[in-house]
This record gives sequence, structure tokens and C-alpha cells, in this order.
Amino acid sequence: MPQRPESGFNHPVPSEITPRAAYAGRREWMQRLAAGALGTGLASWAAREAIAQPKGAALPGGKSAVSGANTMEKATPKADATSYNNYYEFGTDKSDPAKNAHTLVTRPWTVVVEGEVKKPKTFDIDALLKLSAMEERIYRLRCVEGWSMVLPWVGYSLAELIKQVEPTGNAKFVEFHTLADPKTMPFVGSRVLEWPYVEGLRLDEAMHPLTLLAFGMYGEVLPNQNGAPVRLVVPWKYGFKSAKSIVKIRFVEKQPRTAWVKAAAQEYGFYSNVNPKVDHPRWSQATERRIGEDGIFAKKRPTLMFNGYEAQVASLYSGLDLAKNF
Amino acid sequence: MNKLLIHPAAKPVLFALACLPFAQLLWGALANTLGANPAEALIRGTGDWVLRFLCLTLAVTPLRDWAGWTALLRHRRMLGLFTFFYAVVHFLCYAWLDMGLNAGDILRDIPKRPFILVGTAALLLMAPLAATSFDRAIRAMGHARWKRLHRAIYAVVLLGLLHFFWMRAAKHNFGEWAIYAGVVAVLLGWRLWQWRLRRRASSARRTASRPAGRIT
Repeated sequence: MPQRPESGFNHPVPSEITPRAAYAGRREWMQRLAAGALGTGLASWAAREAIAQPKGAALPGGKSAVSGANTMEKATPKADATSYNNYYEFGTDKSDPAKNAHTLVTRPWTVVVEGEVKKPKTFDIDALLKLSAMEERIYRLRCVEGWSMVLPWVGYSLAELIKQVEPTGNAKFVEFHTLADPKTMPFVGSRVLEWPYVEGLRLDEAMHPLTLLAFGMYGEVLPNQNGAPVRLVVPWKYGFKSAKSIVKIRFVEKQPRTAWVKAAAQEYGFYSNVNPKVDHPRWSQATERRIGEDGIFAKKRPTLMFNGYEAQVASLYSGLDLAKNF
Repeated sequence: MNKLLIHPAAKPVLFALACLPFAQLLWGALANTLGANPAEALIRGTGDWVLRFLCLTLAVTPLRDWAGWTALLRHRRMLGLFTFFYAVVHFLCYAWLDMGLNAGDILRDIPKRPFILVGTAALLLMAPLAATSFDRAIRAMGHARWKRLHRAIYAVVLLGLLHFFWMRAAKHNFGEWAIYAGVVAVLLGWRLWQWRLRRRASSARRTASRPAGRIT
């Protein structure tokens, strides 16, 4: 169904969407605040949030038939999803990516697919966009830091791409490389992680229909700070597994050394499945704060096993000790 | 400057200024202008102000000596109490917004996370200082003992810095921490230097007063 940007994002449960007028009202209120009714410090703050929402080009997606792809939970306000990000190439503060990611050049863009595949290929972003039908997938996103969102992504199952390149029998894992361009990404080179950012999945995880190659969110192309032009979304794993701004997908035989495993192997495992029973060494993972929805004084909500996708993905891990393979 | 500091309006003005950060955060929470995660913004915002007030309180004595602002000393108690106030608010924000005021969860969380443990220790160490901040307590304790107790502020600020360091360690994001650490290093370093000067002076006096010609 073609969608014009002004028609907004289509939610499957319309009664649960905050009306556009309410958002617009909030923004207008903040802009008025910025105009000088209050102290200048506060005003500049409010102004920043008010302008943090430029409209992207429309990228509509059809309804997905994949099980678990249409959570009925209320989507996080777009203003929050685009202003509260972890994208360390643009700074480690949550507000940094929205401020700094405008320098990212998303066209031209190619994704190299190589390694243990019969048909290695370099895909142009336009070719990737046409590779399979766009679907809207409304997924929960649980960050390892203890907060969560509900995001309407647009994309298709990564499996569609994998089938085209035909992995060989040696392909056991898949690596995802994020762009690492110090000219456009001011914090590439900072000591917090090894660059480029590398993430990985087992091949069967990568082939799971819920594993999404995403190009858009909220019916529009991805904003830069959310990982434009193409990113991974693995809804049953902590958010950092979902690599942003992907330039290379590599099929390998050995388990990849991922960025966070290299940085702190005792704290971040290769699997990093959402699991309320396995705590991070420095904090509990039993509960989470839903951004933009739970009131400031609301109790945090319980985190669900596999982020609520247990029915779909638990079978991938039968026989695996999830406390050891965290 | 001293004239300004002893002006009758100085105390209320300073009091109002010290309340401003709290008012701003409270307003932000009510008006929902604290961003996507207001709870986190409140916890971090109040924590920042604890460190800032610690630095301000510790700057009183050095500033008295460097700039000759002797009248600054009469405001030190208020600065110290505001430090404690922001520390209590910081803890309450954590206990309420992060832990849902669940005592069991809080007691489990404190030993689990080293940086929470260190922060809690700093707060507990501050409590007796706040409790003995009024004149009658000073008289009851005797000035020397009171002074010794209140040197705990040095431990508090070091624990506070460690708390902030560990909190930022996960992201190797030490820029802001380095600024606080630098300020604290100057404020405590100056005290160490003064202490060494005093010690040298007193040992010199002892040497000088030693009777001449007596060989042991």
C-alpha cells in the first residue's frame, strides 16, 4: 500500500496510537518554550528536541506474515526512538548520535557479501532495497542497559539475502561489519571499542525469519542515528547485536570475535540473548524501563525470556546452557 | 568581595542559587523536557550536582587563602549541607526511579554493583557530618574532635570520584570525569602541600629549640 509521508505511520491497533495532533502539540509546546518563555538553558535544550525530527523519505512496508512480527504493544514515540540512541561511532552519550550523525553519507552505499558463499557479491543499496518485498515488523527492542522500546521497522528477513548468495557447508557463522569512516564518524578511533564495529550470529540465527534486514522505521527510511541505510534487527537479543550501517556481511566457519566480546568478554557474550535470569555482572536484567511510555515514577516492567520471542526462537537453543553461553 | 559576602542578603541569595539546579530538574520532570529517559536524566543530573557541590565546599578554604575571601567561610556550612541534600535526592532518585522503592531490591543491588556500593558508602559517610553541622554539636564535641570527624569529607569526595569513574568506565568516557578529578586534585593537593609546609615548619622549630652542645 503506497503511503505518503504526511499520512503518517500505520499502526495495526489504531486505538493505541497517540494521535499525531498530540505529538505535534507537544512539539509546538516545546518550540514555544524554546522561543523564550523560560530560562535560556532549558530553552536551548527543548529546541534541540523539537528540531530532532526531520521527516525522512517514505518507505512503506506491507503486513508481515512472520510469527511474532506484529506485537500489539504501543510503539515508542518516534521523537524518543530518534533521540535516544547508542551509536558509538557518533559519541557515547545517548543524545550524541542525533546531534552528530548528519555527517554520515548513506549514498552511494554498497554492502559486500563474502566468505563461505558460492556466490559472493557486492550489492548496491538500491539493489538491496529491491531484493525482497518490504514488510513492516513491530518488534520490541531491549537494550542491555535495561531500557526498551517498541519499534516499527521496515525491511525483510535477512534469510532472503542469504539464500541468494548460497552459503557453503563451511559457513557456520555470519559477521556484520559497520562502516568505520573517521572522516564522517567523529568517534571512530576512540578507545571504547575496536573499529570497525563487528557483530555476529550463528547461521541458523541469521536464517531465522524474525532476523530482519531493516531499511526503515515508522514508514520512512532509517534516520542516520538509527543505522541508515541498512542495519540488522535481531529482536530476541540485546540491542547491540543489531549492527547498524552495514557495509560487509561475511560468512565464516569460526565464531566471530565481536566488538563487545573483544571489549569485555566477561560482561558481554557472543549470544547475548535477552534473558531476565542471567544478570549482567554489574546490574540485574530482570526488569526494564519502557522509554516514552512508562511514567517517570512507574515501576520497571519485567523483562521477558528471549524478549518475548521464546515461542519463535527457544528451539534454536535447546540443549545449550544459557547461563554459560550468555 | 568580603563586603559582598557579609552582606545580609548574601546568605538568602546563595541559598536560592543552590536551590536552582533542584528546581530546574523538578521543572524538567514535571514538564517532561528531560528527554527520552527522564528517570536516568534525574539520577545523573542530581549526581552531577553532588560532585559540583563537593568541589564548591572543598574550594572554600583554598579560596580564603588564595583570594583573601575570609568571609567565604561563613557560607561553608550551607554549601556542605546542600551537598548532603543533593546526595540524598540523588539516592532517592535511584531508590525510587531505578529500584521502585523496593527495599529488598535495593539491599541486593548495593553489594552487587561496586559503583553503587561506593556511592552508598559516600552518602553514609556524609550523614554524620550533616548531623553534626550545627553550633551546639561543635561545642558538645569540642572543636578538635569535630574537625577530625569532618575531615571525612576528603574520603567522601574520593569515593564520589570513584563512583563516577566506575559509572563511566563502561563506555571509556572519562572526559567529564577528568575535569572533576583535576579540580579535586588541586583542592586536595593544596591541602597536602599546606600540611607538609606546617610539618616542616614545626620540625624546624623543634630543631631550633634543641639545646646546643648536648650530644647524645
